[in-house]
Amino acid sequence: MPAANPTTHRRPSGLKLLQWGLGAWTAAVFVFLYLPILVLVAYSFNTSRLNVVWEGFTFRWYGELFGHGPLIKTLKNSLIIATLSTVFAVIIGTAGAWLLHRYRYRFARAIQTLIFIPMVMPEIVMGISLLVFFTTVQLDLGFVTAVIAHTTFCFPFVMLAVQARLQGLDPAMEEAALDLGASPWQAFWLVIVPCLRPAIISGALMAFTLSMDELIISIFTTDPASRTLPMQVFGMAKVGLNPMLNALSALFVLITIASVLFSEHLRRLASR
Amino acid sequence: MITIRNVTRRFGDFVAVNDVSLEVKAGEFITLLGPSGCGKTTLLRMLSGFESPDSGEIWIEGRDVTRLAPYRRNVNQVFQSYALFPHMTVRENIAFGLRMQKVPADEMRRRVAEAMDLVALGGYEDRLPHQLSGGQRQRVALARAIVPRPAVLLLDEPLSALDAKLRHQMQVELKRLQKRLGMTFVFVTHDQEEALTMSDRIAVFNRGRLEQLGPATEIYHRPGTAFVADFLGDANLLEAEWLAAEGDNVRVRLRGGLEIAVARAAWPGAATRAVVSVRPEKVCIAREPVAGAENGFQATITEEIFQGALDRLVVRTDAGTTFSVVVANESAMMEAFHEGERVWCGLHIDDLVVVPAA
Repeated sequence: MPAANPTTHRRPSGLKLLQWGLGAWTAAVFVFLYLPILVLVAYSFNTSRLNVVWEGFTFRWYGELFGHGPLIKTLKNSLIIATLSTVFAVIIGTAGAWLLHRYRYRFARAIQTLIFIPMVMPEIVMGISLLVFFTTVQLDLGFVTAVIAHTTFCFPFVMLAVQARLQGLDPAMEEAALDLGASPWQAFWLVIVPCLRPAIISGALMAFTLSMDELIISIFTTDPASRTLPMQVFGMAKVGLNPMLNALSALFVLITIASVLFSEHLRRLASR
Repeated sequence: MITIRNVTRRFGDFVAVNDVSLEVKAGEFITLLGPSGCGKTTLLRMLSGFESPDSGEIWIEGRDVTRLAPYRRNVNQVFQSYALFPHMTVRENIAFGLRMQKVPADEMRRRVAEAMDLVALGGYEDRLPHQLSGGQRQRVALARAIVPRPAVLLLDEPLSALDAKLRHQMQVELKRLQKRLGMTFVFVTHDQEEALTMSDRIAVFNRGRLEQLGPATEIYHRPGTAFVADFLGDANLLEAEWLAAEGDNVRVRLRGGLEIAVARAAWPGAATRAVVSVRPEKVCIAREPVAGAENGFQATITEEIFQGALDRLVVRTDAGTTFSVVVANESAMMEAFHEGERVWCGLHIDDLVVVPAA
């Protein structure tokens, strides 16, 4: 070959520069995302009351956390609300996904859209509208209203996960069950639900996490006795940062990562 | 066993099954054959209960099942995708139908073991479907469908996902199994060879209509329509024009100009035009006039395609009609035919099938 075009010499170095740039950019994004969390976790073990200087290692804040009445009380409330709304969200979301998938309805598309709008609707709007609704039907705020509210914004997530799985499900699966003598209910319960299990579990994990995390809608739909953990934390943080909150956050980070890994694991099991 | 009476099923403007009537005898292996979209699968789904006819009736074992739900019918189906339950083991899959019938545990165990023996799946009881090969899954689907002892077994292209060798093997096994069980099989396929291999009778469908029903040999040798002649095996379909009656025969002119004699009895009524169907293997080719053939003529070989055991030739008669011809690739004692060669052709009058013009 005759002498190569000079630009072919420069191209690899240009590429290398691009690779470096992209690498640095990626690193910057991850630092931006995770450094605050790492700092937060680190300071939960700091003996100092202030989040600025490192003085020494301690588990003291974790101990104080579990001795803090209001935090424990609101944590219990949050767990109760999250568990119940997850159960309802799973039932409604799974049944809804199956019915919309399996049967033909008039306005099926409209129904679908209307169900998913709450996922993107500002929480403040949902909070206010739920409050107006509960007042109109004269339902006193408390656990019942909180569970209803949380179920409302959680079930579309379950439904979405289940619908995605249904798309890939062999339509002959239900027919095979019916053909072998199963009633439509038996076919759903014995064949369809087990096929959907990974989607149901990952949807449930998502619903549970969202519910535990919800602040704004909870503000509008709880009474003092059913205050949730995020409300308590928000109230405490307004007064001043406290290493106990660092400890609490560290625990939450741990739980969240665990549940994300778990649902990812399920997703991989399912796609096998 | 099965009576299908004037069944019609429409999807919007599309008539999937058009006024079909059909009787299936007990213990018969019947194949619904046709190209995709011909209505065979829709008819099968009406037998299993997943579709119901817009009009007409379906009777199974002397009972009107036209509007009966699938889970109340004494029929089972082998699905094209097999539709094995992925979370159940082979044993649980096979036992599912018996579980739904609330069969006692010990009887269930015995019958599942029997069915697994029947399809040679012993040792795979605790495997999950995704741990099996395609052929094994097919056997599980088969065992699962026969273990409840249905009056009729419906098979929806169950072999289409298997490779050619396994498919041939399963064709033979299926036929053997059906004979042994004495069960009525309704088999759907678009594969004419599969239909010819296994069926007691074949029902050929085209555009929602039942074109012809009969034993394999009859369907092959005596097709009633141009579609059937063309769909099963190869056929030279040549438009023919009535020229004159000659005793028991009719003198006709084929497309291209060749004049031959066909049996008067085969000609459709008073029509002036019809279609003559000639199987490529029924055209005799020789280097001298063919003895014993009512129709003899000279032609030139215009194409020769080597196909292993067979040679496929295209010949053009002096009158201008072309035929596709298949000859066995014989031993070295006989010289093969070559392109451009002049040959004699012979057509026996009994090998000529006349079908109504389309």
